[in-house]
Amino acid sequence: MKMPGKLKTAKALAALHKKLAQELDTGKCRISVCNGTACRPYGSNPVAEAFRSEIEKRNMADQVDFKITGCHGFCERGPIAIIEPGNLFYQRIKPSDVPEILEKTVRRKETIQALLFKQGASTPAVERQNEIPFYRNQQRIVLGNNTRIDPTSIEDYIAIGGYAALSRALFELQPEQVIGMVKESGLRGRGGGGFPTGTKWETCRKAHGDIKYVIVNADEGDPGAYANEGLLTGNPHSVLEGLLIGAFAIGSNQGYIYVRNEYPLALKNITLAIEQAEKFGLIGKNILGSGFDFSVRVNRGGGAFVCGESTALMASLEGKPGEPRAKYIHTVERGLWDRPSCLNNVETWANIPLIVNNGAAWFSKIGAPGNSGTKIFSLTGKVNNTGLVEVPMGIRLRDIIFDIGGGIRGGRKFKAVQTGGPSGGCLPEKLLDSPVDFDTLTKAGSMMGSGGMIVMDEGNCMVDVARYFLTFLEEESCGKCVPCREGVKRMRQILTDITEGKGRESDLELLSQLSSHLQDSALCALGSSAPNPVLTTIQYFRDEYEAHIKHKKCPAGVCKSLIKFAVVDDKCPGCGLCVKPCPTQAITFIGKKKPVALDQSKCIKCRTCYDICKMGAVSIE
Amino acid sequence: MTDKVAGIIRKHGGDPSQMVAILQDIQSEYNYLPRAALDKLSRKMDMPLSQVYSMATFFRAFSLEERGKHIVSVCLGTACHVRGADLILESLERQLHVKRGQTTPDRGFTLESVNCMGCCATGPVVKIGEEFFGQMTNDKVEPMLNKFKE
Repeated sequence: MKMPGKLKTAKALAALHKKLAQELDTGKCRISVCNGTACRPYGSNPVAEAFRSEIEKRNMADQVDFKITGCHGFCERGPIAIIEPGNLFYQRIKPSDVPEILEKTVRRKETIQALLFKQGASTPAVERQNEIPFYRNQQRIVLGNNTRIDPTSIEDYIAIGGYAALSRALFELQPEQVIGMVKESGLRGRGGGGFPTGTKWETCRKAHGDIKYVIVNADEGDPGAYANEGLLTGNPHSVLEGLLIGAFAIGSNQGYIYVRNEYPLALKNITLAIEQAEKFGLIGKNILGSGFDFSVRVNRGGGAFVCGESTALMASLEGKPGEPRAKYIHTVERGLWDRPSCLNNVETWANIPLIVNNGAAWFSKIGAPGNSGTKIFSLTGKVNNTGLVEVPMGIRLRDIIFDIGGGIRGGRKFKAVQTGGPSGGCLPEKLLDSPVDFDTLTKAGSMMGSGGMIVMDEGNCMVDVARYFLTFLEEESCGKCVPCREGVKRMRQILTDITEGKGRESDLELLSQLSSHLQDSALCALGSSAPNPVLTTIQYFRDEYEAHIKHKKCPAGVCKSLIKFAVVDDKCPGCGLCVKPCPTQAITFIGKKKPVALDQSKCIKCRTCYDICKMGAVSIE
Repeated sequence: MTDKVAGIIRKHGGDPSQMVAILQDIQSEYNYLPRAALDKLSRKMDMPLSQVYSMATFFRAFSLEERGKHIVSVCLGTACHVRGADLILESLERQLHVKRGQTTPDRGFTLESVNCMGCCATGPVVKIGEEFFGQMTNDKVEPMLNKFKE
């Protein structure tokens, strides 16, 4: 397409939108293939490539409008394609399916049954995306556009109404009015803390200083959460637009986007989005002729979890090691380079254009009182339908895990759901009917965090999970303050002892004591929230700790020192499938129809035989 | 080496706030942070070597040792952990005969762990170079490695 050049007025933007929107309405068949980061391990690149080459080979470019998009959310079933009109949803597509899709579905309007979604073998196939329970029970106001746009095309974003909110803010609203709208909407920070966004903006606007900064925190370090990744990769312009509006409202002309090192695709897409926005005159001097100037810079993180903390992130932006500082003075007063700085999470920024477009009243009606809007969660672990889900706040945990997530894999029993990452906690079945909002999760000992939601079943050991998080935090502690540097280490050592059968009865008391010291005295939230995974597992799963300490048993069969693998003789058909994969040759083939022999002295408990055996003939004792 | 380091510093305008980016560029050039490059950087930027070292060791992404041709990253994020990522790491350690953080003697592979790569739904995940492998099991480890062995 010919570049339209810089847009110099709001009218020019509106005209471009009108033109691009009309072009969308061609009546052609539209195929959008997900190529988000989570679809790639499943081979979405070759599928996208197959579509491109087959469409060309068959001369179908005039019949098909083909798009490679960011994350569609339903990662479990990737690679995914949505075909419009008709909202047809094809899943687990292989490159070899592509010719058939073009011939049957595009040319002859036939549905390919084998590619449709089915929750189980006995349930009927579902044709349309919006009828699949995974999608039907969501409210995808922020993430939904991912399926409609190519994230590398600013034209796509403008075609669906992108940057209209910016234009409205610049020409129809005063900065104070924008802040008023955000306050009235009730939007709270999506990075985990849940601080009212409008209040933060207002304080930053009123703070003294000519130069102010706005910052996007895209250092989503919480292991098991990738909502920010999905948003920044799939719809980078929505984040930029939110940032621009925020900068205008606060009175800032310089923005920073701090992207996590492990997110190369997000980095690429946001960098490209900025270049495009500059070419279109949406970033730079005198944006749309409004007199408002704004420039933005992308910084790549160095792989340190603590840099998700606002003061550590700002230190890193200044070119220093990412160590946090005490927040006697808030960063909205004195942050980056000691100037007023407003930092918000990716998802928070992406909500802003929606609020400006639709009004504060519209937004505040979504979700629950005091917790308005939606929240994106990364639903992972032992659920059937893993992926990125966006739900109105206040929805029950049960609705997310069972209605959207389709329940637990392999018909096993639910044990716990972990929210809030290393700063959060594990919640048991009795809390499944609790509403998901900032306040309820905090009250239960966990937190919202950046939206990780990891489901665990009876095969997960809660002591091991607590040990896992403390190991993570010990590695990621920056070492600046003693309570965190030493306290987390000691807690991890105690937990390791318990998982190795060396726990003492006094350990639980000691863990609680250390926890309260950390909560009271750590310098930043990494340390003060570090006890959460330990405290919640002790609170809700005390019997598991006791089994490890008193009986030297791991009921879930996870902790290596406390378990033993054994062959169940009357179930073993002697097929010998487990013999060769055993890395230590601990299994001996005796003869057909005779059970194999397992040498305990050689067994390293790697679980390979357990995973291979389909007869259930390997047991964990 | 000196020209390349000087070029990288120039690209970032000699701006000390761009230290992470500068180190990242040096690492992508050499696959690790060679001592000589850090010396050069310290002189050019007029920054004590100890400060450069502090940056290089604070951030996980940097390596002061030469790394292998293929970087094998095992995700140990929570979602991968609950699906048995530890066992995949152990399996890789056995087959490559190195521990986490080490490089094979022939410099073919470096085994590393990362805390989440943002594709949690497909865990356990392993990344070799730019290629992702999802839903890993112990028996998939050997064929996966074979693809990269010469």
